[in-house]
Amino acid sequence: MKRLLYVPFVLLLACGQQQSAGTETSVAEAATEGGQSTVQDETSEPDVVRVAVNSPVHTTLVAALKGAEYVDALSNAGPFTVFAPTNEAFDKLPAGTVENLLKPESKDALRNILEYHVYVGVIKEEYVQDGMTLNQVNLDNVTLNKKDGKITVNGANVLGVVKASNGVVYVIDAVLLPPEKK
Amino acid sequence: MNISHVKKFVMALSVVASLIVLNSCKPQGPAEVSTGDAASKVYVAPGQYDEFYNIVSGGFNGQIGVYGIPSGRLFRILPVFSVAPESGYGYSEETKPMLNTSFGFVPWDDLHHIALSTTKGEHDGRWMFANANNTPRVARVSFKSFRTEEILEIPNSGGNHSSPFITENTEYLVAGTRFSIPMGGKDVPISSYKENFKGSISFIKVDPQDGHMNIAFQLRTPGFNYDLSRAGKGPSHGWFFFSCYNTEQAYTLLEVNASQKDKDFIMAVNWKKAEEYIAQGKGKVEKVKYAHNTYSEKTHSATTKMEEEVLVLDVTEFPDIVYFIPCPKSPHGCDVDPTGEYIVGSGKLAAMMPVFSFTKLQNAIAQKEFEGDFDGIPVIKYEAALHGEVKKPGLGPLHTEFDEKGNAYTSFFVSSEIVKWNVKTLEVLDRVPTYYSIGHLCVPGGPTAKPHGKYVIAYNKITKDRYLPTGPELTQSAQLYDISGDKMRLLLDFPTTGEPHYAEAIPASLITPNSTKIYKIEENENPYVAKGEKEAKVERKGNEVHVYMTAIRSHLTPDNIEGVRVGDEVYFHVTNLEQDWDVPHGFAIKGAINSEILIMPGETQTLKWKPLSTGVVPFYCTDFCSALHQEMQGYIRVSPAGSNTPLKFSTGKTESQNSGAGQ
Repeated sequence: MKRLLYVPFVLLLACGQQQSAGTETSVAEAATEGGQSTVQDETSEPDVVRVAVNSPVHTTLVAALKGAEYVDALSNAGPFTVFAPTNEAFDKLPAGTVENLLKPESKDALRNILEYHVYVGVIKEEYVQDGMTLNQVNLDNVTLNKKDGKITVNGANVLGVVKASNGVVYVIDAVLLPPEKK
Repeated sequence: MNISHVKKFVMALSVVASLIVLNSCKPQGPAEVSTGDAASKVYVAPGQYDEFYNIVSGGFNGQIGVYGIPSGRLFRILPVFSVAPESGYGYSEETKPMLNTSFGFVPWDDLHHIALSTTKGEHDGRWMFANANNTPRVARVSFKSFRTEEILEIPNSGGNHSSPFITENTEYLVAGTRFSIPMGGKDVPISSYKENFKGSISFIKVDPQDGHMNIAFQLRTPGFNYDLSRAGKGPSHGWFFFSCYNTEQAYTLLEVNASQKDKDFIMAVNWKKAEEYIAQGKGKVEKVKYAHNTYSEKTHSATTKMEEEVLVLDVTEFPDIVYFIPCPKSPHGCDVDPTGEYIVGSGKLAAMMPVFSFTKLQNAIAQKEFEGDFDGIPVIKYEAALHGEVKKPGLGPLHTEFDEKGNAYTSFFVSSEIVKWNVKTLEVLDRVPTYYSIGHLCVPGGPTAKPHGKYVIAYNKITKDRYLPTGPELTQSAQLYDISGDKMRLLLDFPTTGEPHYAEAIPASLITPNSTKIYKIEENENPYVAKGEKEAKVERKGNEVHVYMTAIRSHLTPDNIEGVRVGDEVYFHVTNLEQDWDVPHGFAIKGAINSEILIMPGETQTLKWKPLSTGVVPFYCTDFCSALHQEMQGYIRVSPAGSNTPLKFSTGKTESQNSGAGQ
């Protein structure tokens, strides 16, 4: 390894003049890999991201998380409560909405929507009380309701609850849209 | 580096190489970092010194780690709140009192924060202070000896987290309780939190000459959690700022119940005003019990004094001491910039960060721009104290440090990054990922009025795959970044011990000239010192046997001891007679149920040993001291209880084989 370091150096010397070489990113590339989502670990319980990745009905959500560059953040220790709309839930949005959100210029809007689906803290099903509000990552509130054991969030139905290593995932049948910013 | 790392590295290098070849010898663009550049920036050549000391809290190991920056090399682990069998700290008779508390001897604690002493807001290189989070205490560690010289217990505290932050001339350090509790050991229902639980902030006066600490007064504050703190400086000198969470006053499942409100508080404390009330005799004396332990370099011994009183000011009775500033959501860090004008609140669950202005805060107080009160304490209107918000800086802001150019560096746990932003304009300037999940961060001089800058160090909470795995328990990962340019650049990963929380870095030039090399033997006032081999002796007092032992290359005096009986308590008082830098001796005896002791040149330390059975027991020097270190040994003969084996001791004296055969 060490010997390799000298290759560009020697080439530089051959030029007979002082100059810098390489690109700004080479340090980071050489020293690091990706973020926490790239950790190779097939033993641990899946985190909220892997729960979504492993789910065939959450491909749109996973694409959105990737577009927002939130995959590493949600692979963090958290803990998170994630409301995970299914592909069908995204399909219910007006035509073109998802495509627009995935455009680079919509990143802030996409992040705002995704942040509205995440609470920092674990709210297990048994802690949910009717009328409970949660202040989400984007600082807006969602309201949970519980009637006859059935949980809804802002009116969206909870289809299932999956425990993850760093939190809990509530699968929901509608995309939660944050209130308009004042 | 694993194989895939190597491959990528090789590819990156070949790209670099081919670029150079393609461009022939044409000048390149702006001088940018290449792979080799990072290595050279952290490379400290053999025998050379690092530029900075990095004084790093050890978290759950209760100790302080001393590292070099930029190399990341670990120099020493300083025992503070935890016993160290390696040196005998907390085991030797001389050091045991350091860990006395009102609960008795406490051998462990959780050390979170470091505060280095300052004069006029700048590092002065005199002392390091640290907090014990669990059994509330603060410690003072000498920058000369790198030893813990004083530990002061904090009464009326549920857990000392917002501590030991200091004022600009080290007039005070603070100790704010993390957990509110019913004061005075009251037996009340936990559900009576709102009624009975109170907070407590101790102001500990530091003697400007010798550093000795005393609790000057305590503020009794509303019942919620006090998290972190910073003193004002410059224009805001005289004020202290504390982050408060759980203003919901929840007492169960705080994970849910302490996150209900959109805003908690930054508590602004006018401590000069509190001083005035104390001077006017307004403080109430409360009966408490707390230990005050000091270590003397003259006697090489610690003593414990149990204190019984503390002066308390209830802030609800003095409404001009304390003001609350609303701060979103469960603020953690509460950091004051080098000018003393700006106070950064880091709501750890918020996706924005408010920056408050001290000038606006003062105006708001003068104009009474209050939105209400909490327990009678004015709550200032958020906008009235606000300089502005850093919008969308990242997820989970925790702590902020500052450089000398008006920039702030904030750690973001959830998005695992450091974000650089301009304190005045609040504009985000740069961001770098950390590996992984950063907690605290450190810029050399970052909390002072005059930051040294150059680097920012990330102390991460999650390590996972950063180093060779060592089973489920991993070292903690730190990263060093160069901040001398516009963009932060990752230079180095280095492992750290314990679980670092806060750390400070200080120029080595302020420390190294004063570092203690030896203790002068003629100044040794330990009552059990033997200042030469002629003073070595063994004395019996009832069932106590005191061995006044000396150690010098390469023997112990005495090295033959007889007349000790089963049931005796033997005290080995070992004086290191060396007067030579870096020649400690150690002492250990078979079957000792405590530890070894390390004795620095000129010092006396004592190991207590209780022989449980008859026989001849070896003892030896544990610290490789010389070519004849392996010869540095001795024997102690243990006779049955009640035997009449005469007490005798010697070194270098030989006798006929059958003399002294017992019974």
